[in-house]
Amino acid sequence: MFELPSGAEIQSIIATLNANLGLFIPEIYLSLLFMLLIVIDLVAKGRKNNLLSIATLLGLAGSIFFIYQQHHLPAGEIFFGMYVLDEFALFFKYFFVLSGMLAVVITMADEQFESEVKSMGEYYALIIAMVIGMIMMASSADLMMIFLSMELVSFSAFILTGYFKRNPRSSEAALKYLVYGAVSSGLMVYGFSLIYGLTAQTNLINISSELSLHGYDPLLMILATLLILAGFGYKIGAVPFHFWAPDVYEGAPTPITAYLSVASKAAGFALLMRFFYIAVPHGGPVYEDILGINWVSLLILLSIASMIYGNVVALWQKNVKRLLAYSSIAHAGYILLGIIVMDAFGTQATLFYLLSYFIMNFGAFYVVILIANKTGSENLEDYRGLGKKMPLAGAALTVFLISLVGLPPTIGFIGKLMIFSALLAKGSIYLWLALIGIMTSVISLYYYMLIPLNMYLRESPGSEEKNMDPGLIANIIMAVMMFLTIYFGLFFQPLSDFAKYSSPMFGLKLY
Amino acid sequence: MLSLIVFLPILAGLVILAVPSSQKQIIRIVSLLAALAQGVLAVLIWRAYDPSLPGITASPGGSPLGSFQFVEKLPWISLKLGGFGSLNIEYFLGVDGISVTMVILTALVSAIGVLSSWTIQKQVKGYFILYNLLASAMMGCFVALDFFLFYVFWELMLLPMYFLIGIWGGPNREYAAIKFFLYTLFGSVFMLLVMIGLYFSVIDPVTGNHTFSLVAMANQANYIKSAILGPDNVMWRYVAFSVLFVGFAIKVPMFPFHTWLPDAHVEAPTPISVILAGVLLKLGTYGMMRINFPLFPEVFHASMYVIGIFGAINIIYGAFCALAQQDLKKMVAYSSISHMGYVLLGLAAGNSEGMVGALYQMFNHGTITAMLFLLVGVIYDRAHTRQIDKFGGLSSYMPVYAAIVTVAWFASLGLPGLSGFISEAFVFVGAFSSVTTRYIAMVSVLGIVFGAAYLLWSLQRMFLGKRKPDAAYDLEVGADGHEHIHFHDWKGKIDLDARELTMLVPLVVITIFLGIYPMPILGMITTSVNRLVEVLTPLAIR
Repeated sequence: MFELPSGAEIQSIIATLNANLGLFIPEIYLSLLFMLLIVIDLVAKGRKNNLLSIATLLGLAGSIFFIYQQHHLPAGEIFFGMYVLDEFALFFKYFFVLSGMLAVVITMADEQFESEVKSMGEYYALIIAMVIGMIMMASSADLMMIFLSMELVSFSAFILTGYFKRNPRSSEAALKYLVYGAVSSGLMVYGFSLIYGLTAQTNLINISSELSLHGYDPLLMILATLLILAGFGYKIGAVPFHFWAPDVYEGAPTPITAYLSVASKAAGFALLMRFFYIAVPHGGPVYEDILGINWVSLLILLSIASMIYGNVVALWQKNVKRLLAYSSIAHAGYILLGIIVMDAFGTQATLFYLLSYFIMNFGAFYVVILIANKTGSENLEDYRGLGKKMPLAGAALTVFLISLVGLPPTIGFIGKLMIFSALLAKGSIYLWLALIGIMTSVISLYYYMLIPLNMYLRESPGSEEKNMDPGLIANIIMAVMMFLTIYFGLFFQPLSDFAKYSSPMFGLKLY
Repeated sequence: MLSLIVFLPILAGLVILAVPSSQKQIIRIVSLLAALAQGVLAVLIWRAYDPSLPGITASPGGSPLGSFQFVEKLPWISLKLGGFGSLNIEYFLGVDGISVTMVILTALVSAIGVLSSWTIQKQVKGYFILYNLLASAMMGCFVALDFFLFYVFWELMLLPMYFLIGIWGGPNREYAAIKFFLYTLFGSVFMLLVMIGLYFSVIDPVTGNHTFSLVAMANQANYIKSAILGPDNVMWRYVAFSVLFVGFAIKVPMFPFHTWLPDAHVEAPTPISVILAGVLLKLGTYGMMRINFPLFPEVFHASMYVIGIFGAINIIYGAFCALAQQDLKKMVAYSSISHMGYVLLGLAAGNSEGMVGALYQMFNHGTITAMLFLLVGVIYDRAHTRQIDKFGGLSSYMPVYAAIVTVAWFASLGLPGLSGFISEAFVFVGAFSSVTTRYIAMVSVLGIVFGAAYLLWSLQRMFLGKRKPDAAYDLEVGADGHEHIHFHDWKGKIDLDARELTMLVPLVVITIFLGIYPMPILGMITTSVNRLVEVLTPLAIR
């Protein structure tokens, strides 16, 4: 079995590890931040102020500096092929740090925490833990690493979902999330073991070369792909691995809902792209099994099912958080379209769509929180007449929803435009997919517009004069996000160039 | 110049944003000033427009930008796309004979719409912000020469319109607003796919890149032969044409996609009905003339017959429906459907006479229908009902109103001497002289008869005779011994007041003037329409 390495070998391993540590600074920094937050919580226990959240914000902002330092590093594998450094990973590092920061910002706005929770110590530390886990998910180049980082994210997310301990819906959500998570990661690990059995490798690039060198049993391979897809599909919330999503999104604290729906989903997509683009060989007669199924066709099925199911079921929702949960299932379908294309343009479109989804979805959830602060409800019918009482919040939410539909002049439109362009750039083979995408986005208009419909077209039943102003800071944040949604809908060049810059992956031979 | 005329209303909207919502009068005046400035600019454009330049697309040997006027062309977005070259979007505005008439119409109708909005009392600030956004988007659609830019303006109209119907509309407004939104979005999302497909199929002759420029797209020499919408892909070109056509036909609205229109009109407040009928419907046929037909001329040529049949159905079906209406506004809405059918018929003829007639009909229908909806609004304001049989004998009590109604009604049915007659005559001349549409035209003539029937019948029921027992008003004998009309809670002037006259008289003058001397408009459009016909005629026939 295993031979003990000799002394010289151990020396060289240690030397490599030491050398690679320098390429791991953002992650180390974030881990230190994680511990620091726990210490701060212990020291400053019982004080009612924003110390923790401010420390988290500043700490996360500081990590951007270290990530920025990595731009000049050459793309490559570190830690013996466990981990990679490339533009693709850098994109997601920024993405997750920023979404962590936004999660903190909207947590500070959410008044529900004051009544439900005594201590916020672990909360912020766990948000940092999730950031670390997601960054590692996007940078893993090894099956072991993938599994470990996914579990780090999942466990932090389970706790955060159930953070309102005395609220049964929150606990129920956490439990459901946990059960589904356990099953799907179990399936995924089984898929990994099949791949390992086929290749005796865990590194993605080695797996790819091994598979294309020696060939493999296509049926076994498709089974492995299917099992692994169960794990990834759970993370991205695509049909048929979505069953947890509505309940978890509805029950979890709203900032966590926003955080899960944007960041954790994006992490799943990062992993999915890296795994399928790098580890699985493309083309060639050996790849498809006797039924002609390959992973692309599996993804197509997932994508269609998500777009149709998410958009159609959302039509009947009466709770705004639940409605946005189904919308996020649908958006997973749209993002998958960009991955199916399998070229540089497709990757660029996918990354751009993630950026647009980041802005509009966080924006929407932020307004939902502000409204819930004032009305204490997330039910559609309690939104009646809010357009008059909270003019800015109403306008901002309308802009975010219009962007989610994909209407110009918002960033969501550009996201859809890029995805559909990527599909049509392949000629007419994916035209029908674009058609389904287009039809379902018309359906989505109806349920998204239910919210402005209630806010503006209907009068609120009660006439109690209550101060509904969400406060100066909240107004500024809303206005900025609304501005960005429209600004990047008209001048999307910087974001799109960034997405293009970020599309290369280390070891990718696809494009 | 064009940028200014497009963005003036949005600027006004931003100013209004800063005005406190209690200052209703200031908000109205700011909007009015913007609309008037737009009108002044439109007049300047009209005066400076050179009618000898055709526009449409590049002429053989001419500049690849074509002979558009007031052109503004700036690079907007230039994206490097992985593995695909680059995506270039331009801020490209310009007018030719087809769009310049629509620009003038839009400026006119927008200004009248602002005046007509004076009586809106609910959430004035929000109303005028949305109104100005809508006005900008409409104007933008007519001057955009980049498909992407056109699409942005096109979609930008939907949201303000949704709220304007949905918040300020009648009792059933929620249904009408979302129906309008879903219908038009359904049409336009397919346009998005066609737009992307065209982008990949067309090369800008100057830069060699793919382009969204409608000028380049209208020239078949710029297409890549094997691309998805290139000349070799006959099937996809037919599909793309049909999809675009449906998208625009929904806006026209063409049977069977018309059902949103009566709902929207009945629920919308008067000024929005005026905008909707006066400008928005024209965007459908304008889109056909600017995008749908010249980009796919051979498909247009093959489907002229079908378009003509749909035009005839619109004319006759719309007239029959109008005949059956009890609600005056619904009758006018269906008359719109009928009259837009003439535009379709003129387009289907595919010759200069028909196309000139169609474009002229678009302008005339804009002014006449604006008048009709304003007049409906006048009586609705006073009586709070639009049921035709709740009135009778109005002409004795409201003589000025009755006179203007008579002019508008007669203009609508195409009486010689009024502008509607000339455009309808041109349409029929064109349709009869084209072999394809000759028999369709014969059937369509019946539409004029039915049109006269519903218009005259309603005129008779409302204005002639005596007060009906269940009428929406009372009669009182005044101090002078004459009978006077009395509406229940109407405090204002019984007959038209100054504001209403300010809106209506210019339209009446235009209708009469253009009926006697149509050259100001016809002279402007003829060169462009001739060029369009040339572009639409396949080489084999030319």
